[in-house]
Amino acid sequence: MQAPQYPTLDQVWAWLGEIEDPEIPVISIVDLGIVRAVRWEDGGDSAECVVTITPTYSGCPATHVIAQSVVQTLKGHGVPSVRLETRIAPPWTTDWMSDEGKRKLRDYGIAPPLGLAATQSIAIGDIGRGPAPFLVQAPAGLACPRCDSSDIKLTSQFGSTPCKALYRCSSCLEPFDYFKCH
Amino acid sequence: MLDDKFDYLLRLGDNALVLSQRLSEWVGKGPALEEDMALANTALDLIGQARLWLAYACEVEGAGRTEDQLAFMRDAQEFKNLLLVEQPNSGSGDGGGGGYADTLMRQYLFDSWHLLLLDGLTRSADERMAGIAEKAKKEVTYHLRRSTDLLVRLGDGTEESHRRMQAALDDLWMYTGEMFTADEVDQVLESQGVAENVAALRLTWLEQVGRTLTAATLVMPSPDAWMQKGGKHGRHTEHMGFLLADMQFLQRAYPGQQW
Repeated sequence: MQAPQYPTLDQVWAWLGEIEDPEIPVISIVDLGIVRAVRWEDGGDSAECVVTITPTYSGCPATHVIAQSVVQTLKGHGVPSVRLETRIAPPWTTDWMSDEGKRKLRDYGIAPPLGLAATQSIAIGDIGRGPAPFLVQAPAGLACPRCDSSDIKLTSQFGSTPCKALYRCSSCLEPFDYFKCH
Repeated sequence: MLDDKFDYLLRLGDNALVLSQRLSEWVGKGPALEEDMALANTALDLIGQARLWLAYACEVEGAGRTEDQLAFMRDAQEFKNLLLVEQPNSGSGDGGGGGYADTLMRQYLFDSWHLLLLDGLTRSADERMAGIAEKAKKEVTYHLRRSTDLLVRLGDGTEESHRRMQAALDDLWMYTGEMFTADEVDQVLESQGVAENVAALRLTWLEQVGRTLTAATLVMPSPDAWMQKGGKHGRHTEHMGFLLADMQFLQRAYPGQQW
């Protein structure tokens, strides 16, 4: 019996790379770093494509839509069987976002996350120390994605989605979203 | 042993679930659009965390229940959340806290404890719990940053905002004691390296909260004041039944209904 031909993993990754994030449609779920692994598993008569996903925020409503898109897209390309695995540890971080993804965000008008979350974790013992006890500050180097001005003000710590904060540029006077380093 | 872990997971999940429900009550009514979004997003993080804890609780229980059944089909005495998180948005006391001050103070008192607890749980011997704690900790760090910021701004704000924040603090203080009271469940799980020693968090918490309250020009009530307790064991304040009636109505009236 001849083994059926399955798409290569590279091909599967490429298909997944075409799936847009439902809330930020310029960036793909691969660019976002949500897709952690893809593998074929032998399922007897046919192979099953297993996609491992790490959700962004615990309560992000896009997670469900993303899961549906993955199954629909792969089945649409003829993958006979798709299974999703959710992996929460290690937790999703913006450090996994691709450079291409960050560029697309900026072009779209969303300031991409600055720096690496891994280097910005705070020591629990330091909370509340010093003259300013753990207050909200704009990240160093944040600039308006439209006019590049660094004269910006925080409007709201949460923006249109949990992953963003809302700022206003004092130069071009436009509001903009900042994709938080997380 | 499994019963202890189930109970402990309920406490973690119920804290997040009940506070999320309270914050959701603000949606569409926030004092400013930005605050409305912030409360909704915080509620969203917490409901996500609640699902992670409660889904694990269901697995540990092994009785085939789902996290939705735990959320919607249990009565008040089966909920193990802290009394603090079920307190109404508009305050219960006669201190004149009124409205937003109570919501923010409740959030600050909870966030500051929640972060310490989650930080401890990231080192849990139970890998699944450590993983959930690691994820939740990132979100709660952000919650605490926001609630600290507002606490300082409003405490050290106008005469009126200061008065309201102090009144809210005085009203809610008696619900902070049980955050640090370890019972048998805590002790059993702590001895297995699964849970954090909550009593040991108390001094760190008092020190941090003290510093922040000073920055906010607010006066910390006595740590030795008489404290309410009972939430962990299902003994709740009179607000809990009303909260559940609101939260559970749909699934009680139409069991198993889905969107």
